[in-house]
Amino acid sequence: MHRLVHATSAPAGSALFQARTTIHGVAAICDALGGLYLPESRTLVVSDLHLEKGSAFARRGMMLPPYDTIATLSILEAVIARHQPATVISLGDNFHDRTGSAAMPENFRQMICSMAQGREWIWINGNHDPDGAQGLPGASMDEIRHAGLVFRHEPARLDGVGEIAGHLHPSATVRRRERSVRRPCFATDGKRLLMPAFGVTTGGLDLRHRAMNGLFDRQHLVAHMMGRDRIYSVRFANLLG
Amino acid sequence: MNRSAHRQRIERFSFAAHELPLFPVNRIDSPLPKRDALTLPPPFLRWFADKGWRPRAHQLELLSRAEAGESTLLIAPTGAGKTLAGFLPSLVDLTRRGRIPPGSVFVGIHTLYISPLKALAVDIERNLMKPVGEMGLPVRIENRTGDTPQGKRQRQKSNPPDILLTTPEQLALLLADGEAGRFFKDLRYLVLDELHSLVTSKRGHLLSLGLARLRRLAPRLQSIGLSATVAEPMELQRWLVAQPPDGDNHAGLITVSGGAKPEISILRSDKHVPWAGHSARYAIADVYEAIKAHGTTLLFVNTRSQAEMLFQELWTINDDHLPIALHHGSLDVAQRRKVEAAMAENRLRAVVATSTLDLGIDWGDVDLVVHVGAPKGASRLAQRIGRSNHRMDEPSRALLVPANRFEVMECQAALDANYIGAQDTPPIGRGALDVLAQHVLGRACASPFDAVELHEEITSALPYRDLAWETFERVVDLVATGGYALRTYERYARIRKTKEGLWRVSNPMVAQQYRLNVGTIVESPMLSVRLVKRNARGSLGRGGISLGKVEEYFLEMLSPGDTFLFSGKVLRFEGIRENECLVSQAFSFDPKVPSYAGGKFPLSTYLAMQVRKMLADPARRAPLPDQVRDWLALQQDVSMLPPEDQLLIETFPRGSRHYMVIYAFEGRLAHQTLGMLITRRLDRAGLKPLGFVATDYSLAVWALDDLGAAFRAGAPPLGDLLDEDMLGDDLEAWLNESFLLKRTFRNCAVIAGLIDQRHPGKEKTGRQITVSADLIYDVLRMHEPDHILLEATRNDAATGLLDIDRLGSMLKRIKGHVAHRRLDRISPLAIPVMLEIGRESVHGEAQDFLLTEAADELISEAMGLTEE
Repeated sequence: MHRLVHATSAPAGSALFQARTTIHGVAAICDALGGLYLPESRTLVVSDLHLEKGSAFARRGMMLPPYDTIATLSILEAVIARHQPATVISLGDNFHDRTGSAAMPENFRQMICSMAQGREWIWINGNHDPDGAQGLPGASMDEIRHAGLVFRHEPARLDGVGEIAGHLHPSATVRRRERSVRRPCFATDGKRLLMPAFGVTTGGLDLRHRAMNGLFDRQHLVAHMMGRDRIYSVRFANLLG
Repeated sequence: MNRSAHRQRIERFSFAAHELPLFPVNRIDSPLPKRDALTLPPPFLRWFADKGWRPRAHQLELLSRAEAGESTLLIAPTGAGKTLAGFLPSLVDLTRRGRIPPGSVFVGIHTLYISPLKALAVDIERNLMKPVGEMGLPVRIENRTGDTPQGKRQRQKSNPPDILLTTPEQLALLLADGEAGRFFKDLRYLVLDELHSLVTSKRGHLLSLGLARLRRLAPRLQSIGLSATVAEPMELQRWLVAQPPDGDNHAGLITVSGGAKPEISILRSDKHVPWAGHSARYAIADVYEAIKAHGTTLLFVNTRSQAEMLFQELWTINDDHLPIALHHGSLDVAQRRKVEAAMAENRLRAVVATSTLDLGIDWGDVDLVVHVGAPKGASRLAQRIGRSNHRMDEPSRALLVPANRFEVMECQAALDANYIGAQDTPPIGRGALDVLAQHVLGRACASPFDAVELHEEITSALPYRDLAWETFERVVDLVATGGYALRTYERYARIRKTKEGLWRVSNPMVAQQYRLNVGTIVESPMLSVRLVKRNARGSLGRGGISLGKVEEYFLEMLSPGDTFLFSGKVLRFEGIRENECLVSQAFSFDPKVPSYAGGKFPLSTYLAMQVRKMLADPARRAPLPDQVRDWLALQQDVSMLPPEDQLLIETFPRGSRHYMVIYAFEGRLAHQTLGMLITRRLDRAGLKPLGFVATDYSLAVWALDDLGAAFRAGAPPLGDLLDEDMLGDDLEAWLNESFLLKRTFRNCAVIAGLIDQRHPGKEKTGRQITVSADLIYDVLRMHEPDHILLEATRNDAATGLLDIDRLGSMLKRIKGHVAHRRLDRISPLAIPVMLEIGRESVHGEAQDFLLTEAADELISEAMGLTEE
């Protein structure tokens, strides 16, 4: 749970903590806590929070710990506190299933309300939660154009230029000395960017998986991998050493 | 009725037989025990007479005790006719009862046979059918394993056979069935084969709970345990019967001694015995000669990668084209069956095998057992050697092939142990809580239960006899809602208390989920390996034969084009398609990634003690080969040999580093734990430790500062460094960041039913929503560190992966008995462990180090990307 530990303890603004990049000409900062910050428009993007995943599983008979929502929201609080964005965009699969937002306990609702105070908040609909967020501040929509970019949950197959998307939970594997390390990552080729999943109990899909085929210009693809307390930027071609 | 608690009859029989029928029996010319004519029904007597055989004394003794209503443990060497003895009471009783006329009321199964291996259950069916057929007994025998078709399973429930042969997992499934009461109500005998290997693991815990349940469903049930020689028969005797709330109860014991002493020798090679490593490559030519000199040879190794390697090396020099085959757990079932069949028909000259062949499968005539690598435990060696020559009166022949110099000593120690007859079967252990959770859910799936009654039933099983009511309540709570302090899941509870106070499952889905996940063997995700060909256009074809399965983690290390050794072939990794790993033939003899390591056994405590004794006692070193004795003599000159009652620690500089080697002889797992804890302490003392590496025999730690000087100056004193208190805070602190606990937690969570087994291949959407046990562990540890599953995880770690128990007793033993030798260079005894440096894997902190390295390497290239 080092992300949560660092969210609550690490000093802000350490140079390694984040990596700078440019998507379709827009400057962006990949934050090691899993958020993407666009300084020009003061926008913070997070994706695939999968809130209330524990209770979604419990409903189906798998009693996962009921602490995932609080943990994810605590990290979100930390990353918001660090960047003080004017706009927050949550890129879909905000809740693990349709009933998630309506059934969410009151204390979590309160946390989100205070985070949203004084900011614009956009819920992009995902495949897990296509009906939008119920009873929460902010607007729900399928996609939005903002600050020269387009934000949607699932990456578009045909035209991805200037797109920020989530859905695929990209992760990358670095291999050195016959050992491998796998971490969630921001994946970008300079034209579009795929967000890592922000929720604490979300898995990842390797960049080499065929679901990723055709999304990037692999020549220019860089994985900004989320390390313990910093971002490690590795070119796609160099991932496997 | 079980045997009285106050009486224990031990009878010993020995015998000699000159013929080996499927069920060995005495020849007619041996004296006839009086009661035999009284006890055996006519078809049996006729059959024995026709064959010119006579039942053996222990077989009749077991029968007479069974008929007197006793549960019994039969300990006998391989080839003593254990199987017939075990089934004789059932066969006699069923013969007296006769066939059930069609149209009668439902009669449940009469005898249940449990074996640790599917293959064994299948094998026994074949062996049992033969005499039953020849005698024309009115007995229906069937097996039920994971491979039994659905239709047959259904039919078995509605029209049960008399004798059902199955495995512990299948028993758990049968017990969780709504019809379990009806199915088992007439059960008379439970026959447990290879009991010594059934009881020791979590599987044994699950089985003990199943047995407790069976005793409730079938009050007349008697158990019969069949076992190889064990150190503590009383443990097994107690395991077999219900434990009363106060006091002890145990089954009776029949011990068959006899059988010729095995002829075991250690391979003496003219070649140089290596300092380290496990391949035994140096001895391949000698091993091949041994195969040529014998009819059929079984070659045992400790890991799958060793099996692969040995097989390949043998074929490289197999100029006579001897039929040599390979058999290990990762190979495809069809392939394994083919090897087994060829072996049974005596078509093979040699089989290279891992533990998949350890247990009592009948292999036909084996003339020689070769054990490559040290056997790691005296019991395991005895078991494997038992594979040779199933004739009790002919000596088994075995050849031990040590892979390095320490293994030479280990082999010698094992050899001594086998002659002494000492056995080091691991203790049964306290019942695991994750297994209990699985059992409680299964119990609810069968029918609503009363918690007090179930607790009574569970505490009648030996591993759970001390289970506190409060702990049991927490386990029930875990099953119902996950057992969290935040009671948010009440509305989703899997089991609920009814108005009548009984616990029942909330909906049928719960039972379905239980059935899919039953068992205690948690597989790491496996992908099947398929051999494909490239077509003319260079793309991969469909189809091709399946070679077996490998763990997913292994494949994650590979890039397309990498070659590795599997199924006796050098294969080229092509990629992963759905749940299959595609490979092609590599046409190379030099695999790039040689290791695909299956299970590794740590050195047993008993053998470790023997090796220590050998080092301390010149007389016991006498039989060792010259090159090993020379090596030890040199060690004595330069430093000292580890004394029996003291812990030897050497310190010396090498290159720019300072080393410390601790000769603890406690096995790799305990040494690894010690290494973790000692480096923490050295770090606190400011000595800048850099790393450590552990073998079965010793631990090497290296640091930037002069460790020897620091110890000499008492900063810190060695005694403090090795104080038992390291198992307190340091251990706790380390566990909190250790990856080992995560792996243990995953197993516990799967067994307890908190998460499902991961199914590789369902990845398109499945992989993204599959929950990761690591993430759950992190969340749980942060928010509810006292959760019962974390408790179960720590219990497991203490005995399993971390071997804390063993480390603890070592630290206690050596307190005040540390011998420190400060040397100016590496000692001869330190060479093996020093050679391991660089082979060890990296974990935890080092993972981020690798990432840094990967990132740093590319800094210049990535400059424009990371900094703008």
